[in-house]
Parts: sequence; structure tokens; C-alpha cells
Amino acid sequence: MAVVKTFPMGGVHPPENKFTADSAIQILDPPDEVAILLGQHIGAPAEAVVQKGDTVKVGTLIGEGKAFISANVHSSVSGTVKRVDEALDAAGFRKPAVVISVEGDEWEERIDRSPELVTEINTPAEEIVQRIKAAGIVGMGGAAFPTNVKYMVPEGKQVDTLVINGVECEPYLTADHRLMLEHTDEVLIGVEVLRRALQVERAVIGIELNKSDAIEIMSKHAERFPHIEVYGLKVQYPQGAEKQLIKAILDREVPGGKLPLDVGCVVNNVGTALAAYHEIQKNRPLIDRVVTVTGSSLSKRGNFQVRIGTPFSHAIEAAGGMPGDVAKVIAGGPMMGKAVPDLNVSVTKGTSGILLLNKREAQREETVACIRCSKCVSACPIGLEPYLLEKLARMEYWEQSDEHDVLDCIECGSCSYICPSNRPLLDYIKLGKVKVHEMRRASAG
Amino acid sequence: MSQTLIVSGSPHAKSDLTVRSIMWGVVIALLPVFAVSAYVFGVRAIIAVLVTSAACVVTEYIVQRFFLKQKPTVDDGSAVVTGMLLAFNVSVAVPLWQLVVGSIVAIAVAKMAFGGIGTNPFNPALIGRAFMTVSFPVHMNTWVVPRESLLSLGVDRATGATPLGYIADAAARGEPLSTVAAELPGYSQMFLGTIGGSMGEISALAVLIGGAYMLYRKLISWETPVVFLGTLAAGTGIFWIIDPTAYADPLFHVLAGGAMLGAWFMATDMTTSPMSRNGKIVFAAGCGLITAVIRLFGGFPEGVTYAILLMNAFVPLIDNKFRPRRFGKGVAS
Repeated sequence: MAVVKTFPMGGVHPPENKFTADSAIQILDPPDEVAILLGQHIGAPAEAVVQKGDTVKVGTLIGEGKAFISANVHSSVSGTVKRVDEALDAAGFRKPAVVISVEGDEWEERIDRSPELVTEINTPAEEIVQRIKAAGIVGMGGAAFPTNVKYMVPEGKQVDTLVINGVECEPYLTADHRLMLEHTDEVLIGVEVLRRALQVERAVIGIELNKSDAIEIMSKHAERFPHIEVYGLKVQYPQGAEKQLIKAILDREVPGGKLPLDVGCVVNNVGTALAAYHEIQKNRPLIDRVVTVTGSSLSKRGNFQVRIGTPFSHAIEAAGGMPGDVAKVIAGGPMMGKAVPDLNVSVTKGTSGILLLNKREAQREETVACIRCSKCVSACPIGLEPYLLEKLARMEYWEQSDEHDVLDCIECGSCSYICPSNRPLLDYIKLGKVKVHEMRRASAG
Repeated sequence: MSQTLIVSGSPHAKSDLTVRSIMWGVVIALLPVFAVSAYVFGVRAIIAVLVTSAACVVTEYIVQRFFLKQKPTVDDGSAVVTGMLLAFNVSVAVPLWQLVVGSIVAIAVAKMAFGGIGTNPFNPALIGRAFMTVSFPVHMNTWVVPRESLLSLGVDRATGATPLGYIADAAARGEPLSTVAAELPGYSQMFLGTIGGSMGEISALAVLIGGAYMLYRKLISWETPVVFLGTLAAGTGIFWIIDPTAYADPLFHVLAGGAMLGAWFMATDMTTSPMSRNGKIVFAAGCGLITAVIRLFGGFPEGVTYAILLMNAFVPLIDNKFRPRRFGKGVAS
């Protein structure tokens, strides 16, 4: 085997804790009630197109994304709209949502629910992009950026490669891993769909080497797809960060403030590819996703196919119920996930995991003085100086923060993870980013 | 479901690395050096190390508790590291009270006066040593013959000299090196440590074992010692090639005096060295170069202490000038 591909600078290697790597995806029955947020994605929230009392089926459009960067939202269950109101999002804010009482499980007729694989792709590129928008497909890796927008390449930009992210570098999470193992062909056809939508000759899939079984089966099945290549990548966090992934596979660097488009590629998650398969080949909009429900003290942790809008509590119940020692519940993985304030928050299109941490794991140790060990500098995959950015933020020196490229931070958390003094480096860097954005807006306007 | 949940920013995972694990790791790395000094210089070396360590810890505790009114953090081990390194940087002939004075200067003046751990611009142990060199010149330059009077508790009067001392004397007299060749130890002695010198600098092997351990634990980066010693070898090597009768060879310079101890344990001190990789390389090259210049042309036989202290002063400038390369900048994409 040739040199293992990886990104060149920084990174850390947290304990992987992939407890659920061998647990097959289980289908989770819908709860009694779902709260489907209208803003599950980056961009403007969708506008509700249903009213209290309306009857909906699985796949009925309930919210329409009207802005350029927005996404449609569909009902994930069948039943009656109880109210169009607000519900808690993962950050604990009340956001517009459609609450539906579940009755039966009736699907829209156009959806092909048969298990047969539809191999042949007959949809032209432009229609694929339109239907991806119609189906409400967003980035499934966590960021939830509306996928169709990425495929509307602006004039003057040349794109030559589609990069598919099967890295799943977050500890604990195994949802993408299971997708690649159990839905290999669907994922590959989905990649092919996306490749055609982008009209490029090459699609590359990156998978971390801790998923050798996924690399093996994906490579084997990819032999039938002449435009698709599979790459095994070194186990190093944040290998799955967009910029690091592009660098690792294609050796191209996306500068700060720029997009993958600027170096000729578009990046999507394997989950997004599967969603594209579902819509284009099976007329099935984005109504569910695979969520890893895990934690050291959870009795029946596993990977669950969960309807969007399902409350966390319902998924945790299915995984064995809330253990008594839980102190923190995270939407996503431990490195970049959000700690949720309440178990009633609902699963969104971007929820890759529900992670339960006990008191010991959730505890932040006391912060002590920086000893200038330089671990944060060598761990930063962007080449920033986190120790300095923390200091500048504490002193509220926003101009200097800007000069030292605080906005380039990808918030991977490697600096805070490694810091021997337990300094809240990323907390301050995030503050710096907000303040620098405010400062720039103030001076621009 | 009425559990109260902790909400905080990501990341929600933390490595096992702590200041304590780093500092006590360095203490473990110093144990081979400690063992050799005990073997070569006897009971007094053990007592000296215990005295400086205790004096450093007590000084830090008193300053934090009674002067700065802080919660003492002596359990982080950093004062023990300073104490051990101070003892390893001086002769076993130095009286205990002088060691205590050096320890107080190292901690109270060089470390705590600047704000304590993480904020001192200069290496505390080296400041302590520099202070002792000017304050107690007689004892600081009295070298005990190795493997003699191992059980003696008193200060030995009698003595040898360090290898660097012999060649400095020859140079001062304007004589070729061959006149002191008989006094100089062989390379294997210098490697193993059965030579005269400061307690911790005599054995290159012991330093290397500790250094390998620190590399394994990722407590230091290899660039610093390699560039330091490489620059020293290159600087002294040029003159050796020009005139081998007047100048010692580069291997001698790497093995002699405090070069190994300094390159592996002092120039790698986190607080007083630069943050970026390139910065560390520049810093280490400066240390090696200044050491070579002092040894070849200076008034002192040894220059490691002053080389590192001088470069310590440049650290803020180096940090400012040598930043890590930002991802996506400086490459054609």
C-alpha cells in the first residue's frame, strides 16, 4: 500500500470509542408526536405550508424554502398537524416548527418503498439539482448546508471533482460507517447521481482506516463505477473536515474565507449521497436519517434510522433509556457536537448522533495558567495560534484577532482538546469570530 | 426526565494531558541523569538534588501562599523540575546553603516575580545558576574527581577540572591542545559520564535516555535538541577543520559540558522557548551558535547557560516573526 493519505498539519487523535460500529441499523418506530423544525439547515427557515388540523402523510411538503439558501421540509410521519408553532432547537432556542400527532404510517403514493435497487439513472443534471432542492436535501454530516446550492456553480468557476466524505472522524459516531456497510450500492448510486448533477468526470470517496470493512466493500462495489475512486485515510481528527479532506485526497488547499468551489471541488457526505439516491431513484424526500445513539453507560446503544422531528428522549428510550449518571447530552459527536439543554429537542437532518456523557466525562477540569507548551499551535489544522487568539479575545483586541486570522478557525476543537491547562481556547476563539464579524459589519455599513 | 443537563461549548472531550503529567514526566526523564550523578559523585549528589528540589518547592509555596495570596500550585511539579535542573547544572562541591540561595533566586526572582508558571521569560534554573556563578565563583568552579569519596558529606577541596576547563586553560596559555591531551577523558568516558563536571551534565547517555522518554511522551519536539547540537557541532567543526591542533573536534563539544543537558532539558523548556516549529528551530540554532562562540572565543570555558538565557530574551521576537504557516496561504492552489 502506498503512503497513507492525510492532511499535513495539526490534528489530534482522541479515543475513538466507536462502541456501535458492529450494530446494524435498527428502524425506530415513529413517536406519538414529532416537532419538525422549519429551520434545520443553514440559511433562511422554510415557510410553513400547512395549518393546524391539516392531514399529512410521510413525504408531504410542510415547509417551503423560498430564499436562495434555504431548504424544503417534509413531514416524516402521517397524522394531523397539531400546531404550527415553536419548538426547542438543539441550542435551546425556540424556533418555528410544525408539530404533528402521529396516526398510522401512511406514505405519499409517489414514494417507491420497495427494497429493489434502482441502478439506472435517467434524470438529467439540471433536474437532479432541482429535485435535490425539492426533496429538502441538506448536508448530512452535521453542517446541514442546502445541497442544491453547492451544485449551482457560479459563472467562471471550474469544478472537476466531487469529494464524498465517509471519514466520520468524530469519536463515537458510526452512522456513516453503517450506511456504507449496509447501503453500499445505494450510496454509490447516490454518489453517481451527484457526480452527474455536478457534471464532473471524477468522484472520490474518503474513508478513515478505522473502517477497513467499509473501505473494502465500498472499493469492491465501486469497481462497477468507472468514475468513482475510494481512498483510505489516516485516523487523525479532523480528517473529515472539508478543507482537510480535500487536502488529504486532492492535495489542494482551500484558503481562509474561500470555498471548496474555489479549488475546483464540491464536498458532500455519504449520508447526503444516500439521500440523493432516495429522492432521484425512489422519489423519497428527506424524511429520516441514521443516528448513532451512544454513550458509555447506555445499555442498548446502537444506530437507528430515525424520523426527522423525533424527540431525543424517544431515541434514548429505544437505546435502553436514560442512565442515571448522565450529565450531558450531545447532538452530534464529542468534538463538534452541541450540548442540548433538554431531552425534548428533536432530531434534525443534521443530527448524526445522540451522545450521552456521564458526570466524569462531562466535567471540565479547572483552568490553570498557560505554560506555553505549544500543543495548541501544533494541533491546529489551520496553522493558527489558539493560545494567542484566546489572549486577544480576553483582552477584547478584536482588530488583532482579525489580523491573526481568527475567522479562519474551523472550530474543530483540537486546541481545547489537547490543552494541558484546560483552557477554554475554542470558547474564546468563537467569541472572537462573532466580535470580528460584528466589527467588520459595523465598518462596512 | 427532570435531570439537569450541563450545557457548554464544544469540544466535549479532553485529552489526558495536564500540566502535572507534563512536569512529572520531565521529572521521570531526569531520573537516569540523577542516577548517574549519584553513581559518579556519591551521597552528596543525592543530598544536593533533594535540597534544591525541596528549596524550590518551599520557596514557591511561600511566595504563592503569603506574598501573592494565591492557591499554591506546587503539586504541578514544575518547581521540582527547576530544583533538579539547578542541582544538575552545578558542581557537587557547592555547599548546601549556596544551593538554597540559588533555588530561592531561581523560583522567587526568575519565576514568581514574573507571575509564576508560564510567565517567566528566562529559564529559572539557569538564572539560579548564573546568579550562583557570579556570587559563589570559588565553589562553582571547584570540580570533584569522579568516583572518589562517594560517601563524604563535606565539601571536597581537591579536584580535577572539566574537559572544557582543560582546553580553555590550554587556549589561555596559547598552547596547542596536545599539551592537555593526557588530561582529557576518552569519548566513551564522556558518553557514559565518568568525568568531572556539573552533577547532571556528565553523562550523554543518561541525557539521551531521558530525552528519548520525553520524545516518546511528546513532551519535547526533536527539532530543538537536534538543531541545537547540530549548530554547535557545525560552528565548532569549522574551526576544528581549519586548525585541529588549536581547536577541539565537534564530537568533543557535543559531549562536553552542559551541551547535552542544555539541548535536551533546558532549551526545550516550554515556557521559555518559542511556540511554532520554525521558531523552535531558529531558537535552537541561536543557542548552538552562541554556545560555540562563547566556548571558542569567550572568557568562560562553557557557554550553554548564557546561550540559552540570551535566546530566551529573543523568544517574544521569534514568536512574532516565525508564525505557523496558515493553511491555504503560501501555496499555489
